[in-house]
Amino acid sequence: MSNPLSDLLRSYLAVGLFASLGFILVGLLLFLSWLVRPSRPQAQKYISYESGVDPVGDMWSQSQVRYYIFALLFVMFDVEAVFIFPWATRVELYGVFGLVEMLVFIGILLLGLVYAWRKGVLRWA
Amino acid sequence: MTAAVLQNVLASVGGLPSIEFSSVAPSIILALGGVLLLTVVSVTKDKLPVWFPAVWTISAAVAALCTVFRLWIRVGKWGNLSLISGAVGLDRFSLFVIGTLCVSVVMGALLLEGYLRREDLEGPEWYVLLLLAAAGGTTMAAANDLIVLFIGLEILSIAVYILSAMHRRRMSSLESGLKYFIHGAFASAFLLYGIAMVYGATGSTNLARISTFLADNVITQNGLMLGGIALMLVGFAFKVAAVPFHQWAPDVYQGAPTPVSAFMAAAVKTAAFAGMIRVFVLALGPTYRDEWRPMVLALAVLSLLVGSVMALVQTNVKRMLAYSSIGHAGFILVAVHSSTAMGTSAALFYLLSYTFMVMGSFGVVAVVGRKGDGHHQLSDYRGLGRIRPGLALAFTIFLLAQAGVPLTAGFLSKFYVIRSAIDSGDTALGVVAMLAAVIAAFLYLRVIVAMYFEGEPGDEVAPVKVPAAVSVAIGIALAGTLLLGIVPDPVTHAANEATAELVAPRR
Amino acid sequence: MRVEMFTFLLAGAICLGGALGVVLLKNPVHNALSLVATLFGVAVLFVNQGAYFLAAIQVIVYAGAIVILFLFVIMLLGVDRETDEGREPLVAQRPLAVATGLAILGLSLVALLSAGQRATGDKADLAPLNQPGPDINHLAEVLFTRYVYAFEITAVLLTVAVVGAVVLSKRTNEPLIDLDEFPEGTVVDVRRRADDAKAQDEVDADAEVVAVPDTEGDPQEGGDD
Repeated sequence: MSNPLSDLLRSYLAVGLFASLGFILVGLLLFLSWLVRPSRPQAQKYISYESGVDPVGDMWSQSQVRYYIFALLFVMFDVEAVFIFPWATRVELYGVFGLVEMLVFIGILLLGLVYAWRKGVLRWA
Repeated sequence: MTAAVLQNVLASVGGLPSIEFSSVAPSIILALGGVLLLTVVSVTKDKLPVWFPAVWTISAAVAALCTVFRLWIRVGKWGNLSLISGAVGLDRFSLFVIGTLCVSVVMGALLLEGYLRREDLEGPEWYVLLLLAAAGGTTMAAANDLIVLFIGLEILSIAVYILSAMHRRRMSSLESGLKYFIHGAFASAFLLYGIAMVYGATGSTNLARISTFLADNVITQNGLMLGGIALMLVGFAFKVAAVPFHQWAPDVYQGAPTPVSAFMAAAVKTAAFAGMIRVFVLALGPTYRDEWRPMVLALAVLSLLVGSVMALVQTNVKRMLAYSSIGHAGFILVAVHSSTAMGTSAALFYLLSYTFMVMGSFGVVAVVGRKGDGHHQLSDYRGLGRIRPGLALAFTIFLLAQAGVPLTAGFLSKFYVIRSAIDSGDTALGVVAMLAAVIAAFLYLRVIVAMYFEGEPGDEVAPVKVPAAVSVAIGIALAGTLLLGIVPDPVTHAANEATAELVAPRR
Repeated sequence: MRVEMFTFLLAGAICLGGALGVVLLKNPVHNALSLVATLFGVAVLFVNQGAYFLAAIQVIVYAGAIVILFLFVIMLLGVDRETDEGREPLVAQRPLAVATGLAILGLSLVALLSAGQRATGDKADLAPLNQPGPDINHLAEVLFTRYVYAFEITAVLLTVAVVGAVVLSKRTNEPLIDLDEFPEGTVVDVRRRADDAKAQDEVDADAEVVAVPDTEGDPQEGGDD
């Protein structure tokens, strides 16, 4: 198969080569430093702050619900952006028709945003 | 790009679609009604009178109903159409279903009005979600494209998931919302997987194109197609709560706020059956009916029997109505199974009369539940005939109608369904349906006995308040139940005219 | 070996490995991160099919946003809370889950294998998407013609989601009404029982979800099957 797809994937080979080169390089350096460095394990070396206050509690802390609201609203408008990209590539094709359709789409979502804003969920307090 | 190239590109995809807003007016009115209500309340904050959202919702639903009548006449003149590049089918079938959905929105808004006041719940969001859910349902009913159908279903389902969790102080409401969401998400995934497989097998998501493709071509290796049909059926069966995909229904109906249970039983079922009929009877009916009919037969028989028998042993009235709604889904599946125009009309008539019956029943349950929405045991109905004779009489009529007593809507709807089964040669299925109706009659009698004949006259019975809006809703339901039973001709005529057709889009 | 085949196998392995991680790992955060691997593998499969725009969307929306949302939920519930994996709410849930999963896999395999070497669909109908050129342009072409209605109602769907998110995440200070309608108890009850046990263990347990019985009526019994 000699379609353009194959060529394009082959050009990704360069990315793959460079990525693996990067891994090898880092691995090599770590290996070299492991060879030459002394090893004296101590319990203090494994806590988060070697000098300073001792950490208290678990490292997983419970987060607040307001983070979730922001993340959810972000997803919503992320999806909206997904639809805007294809439209942008074909603006001249659809002209006024495409503009109207897009404005209706964005308009409905904007009303949702207005609601969220007036409800005060966008305020961090 | 040059103009010529642009024109070529456009031509290759069938040109710019013409958007006829008037043809999808009911959906637009309901959706815009919901979104604008959201805007109005968010701009004015709390300055609106309490009755405003309910009145707005009912006006939107009535306006949508008016456009349904206008479009009905238009279809009579111009015939069935396929619009917006084949995404929407304008035929009397979809208009009938949309009309039914509008009726359930009106009654649902009235029930909500009384309920929210009693429970001290604020929030126009209930009405917003009610309107948007209905918009999703109408989209489904008119969908001529599997993608449109799926998005309509998602709008409807997600809105109802939220509604069932919205009585946030009631633990069981939250739990029912969660259960409904998880089960519903599963069902949607099955449906979407099925749609993808059918798309793979036929190369289109448009129902008319699928239908013509299957008529013109014989798929020699049809595993993909059969898998798609099976998965889509599973998805729809979940949504209509047909056995064995019914487990969510009792818990969800019991836990959800009662007006939402009413809307769920009426509107979600109606829209899901409309989608099912469009996909299975219309698009796959001519070519693949031998493949899907046995599966629907199994669903119908199981739903009829399990729904009726399980309802008998319940002591919670909401749960009992949930099981009985599973049994009713079985009846409608019998009509779908016949896969004929007669069956479709029977299903439509059944859905409309069930909307009245179940909305009325849950309306009574909502007021008997009293503050806190928790008095739903059979024992809570003792002596209702004494302290609230009118309410008890209304409930008796709804229950008798659900049992299928003559002179009510329930009798004729069951009659049409069984006739359609026998007409298509399934006498055995008709007998099973009749048997289920007899079993179910006992359970409705149990409630009636509790209301009139149980409890001593001196017993203390907690007072039941009936808000004005709820009594209007129960009145509408009562009128519908009795009118459809006594003078069914106009509606029967309309249901018979409401044959669906898949019109191929212009290409 | 051709490049496509190599990429396909690699991406497939990433997908499957991620999926196994989602199911088998114990820590919920690790489950979510395994999901990223699966979604990334799917994105690579999209590239392999020449759907570059979809691949980008897959990474941006799914791997980027949706999994972050999952992580927020996990962190919201608190990963430190001990989950009792030994107790099964439903009898024989695990074997049934395995059997159902295998059945669905079997159905998919049978469906795909019996479809033969090629999809049996109508090629002409897919033509707009098969022309040369960037896939984002083809998507735009069908999105604004054949699927324009679906596109518009997606806005309504997203609005419903916004309303739901705002309404359900709003804090309520009023006491909860617990009618104990599902006595054998599932989600809420198990959580409450765990909280009660915790409260007994620690005297200074934070009063987070303490069910206040309804003052109006007596506790109901229900859900009797």
